[in-house]
Amino acid sequence: MSPITPRSMDNDGYGRTSQASIGKSVIVKGQICSREDLYFDGELEGTVELQENKLTIGPNGRVHANIKAREIIVIGSVNGNVEASEKLEIRKEARLVGDIRTTRIVIEDGAFYKGSIDIVKQDVSRTPQQPATAQVQRPQVAATAAAGLGSASTTMAGVPINNELKR
Amino acid sequence: MERFFQALAEFPPSSVLDLGGANQANVSFLTNLGHGISPDNVLHYLDRIWHNPELSASRRREEFFDHALNYHAASFNGALVWDTLEFLPEDLLDSFIKQLHILLNPGAPMLILFHGSERESNIQSWTYRIASTSMLQLAPLEVRTRSRYYSNTAIERIFEGFRRVSFFLAHNQIREVLVIR
Repeated sequence: MSPITPRSMDNDGYGRTSQASIGKSVIVKGQICSREDLYFDGELEGTVELQENKLTIGPNGRVHANIKAREIIVIGSVNGNVEASEKLEIRKEARLVGDIRTTRIVIEDGAFYKGSIDIVKQDVSRTPQQPATAQVQRPQVAATAAAGLGSASTTMAGVPINNELKR
Repeated sequence: MERFFQALAEFPPSSVLDLGGANQANVSFLTNLGHGISPDNVLHYLDRIWHNPELSASRRREEFFDHALNYHAASFNGALVWDTLEFLPEDLLDSFIKQLHILLNPGAPMLILFHGSERESNIQSWTYRIASTSMLQLAPLEVRTRSRYYSNTAIERIFEGFRRVSFFLAHNQIREVLVIR
């Protein structure tokens, strides 16, 4: 099946121009390739490739596909392997099942993820020097129904309470 | 926990299984050490599958292991089990431990936490965020019903197929158990 090339919109609602958009009622079976940023909020079965651009999976997006892009933001649901050459964000409402390969990753509290994460060093020849490690985000306290316990820090210094039992 | 990271350092950079689900702190910490990480939120699958009244006993076991711990044998050089075992139903425990044994390479460390006193049946569950090799930050989740209290003897019995079991006591009555595959 021929790859789909989405139409551009003048304003994507995020204050940016030149981002293509596919809405929530659209179902795609096949390959999507794009040379501009793409906001996808529909249903997809196939593959997605945006080597130099950003892909956003919207809150209604349901993607069963392997994805390659420069930057990927997941707000909806993705089932497939994800490769982001610069950055991957998994928002708190997102659900991602699949292996991840990226230079930087941000996972919000509440996001569901299952798979393996492989952080790779950035290709120095293509972009300015940036730390080739996962971005550190301040911990956010998860929602809780417990009363009065709050968050706690504990030093796991680990005092032995028995002799080690070797087998 | 320090002993866990010391044992992990015996291996080349590899993948670590984290049964507490994905959180930024653990991903950052482990990947900064050069390891990969595989988050697997076991309690999520317990709630969705094991405690689903519409599934038969045999079906729910099959479904559970279709989703949780579904990796190739010898995939990991370490596992962060956290307090997951305290909430596992007793009829799931043996299969769960066997599967962990399959997934880990010989010599791989597992860090397991047991907390609270024997008296408490409903205990606070936490998200465990690694701040350093000796510091954890705990963010509260829901209060859950503990399946049973594990004495040290019971823990040794559970892991009798493993090479070594070591016990440590941390703050807030938390017992750290380091198991070597």
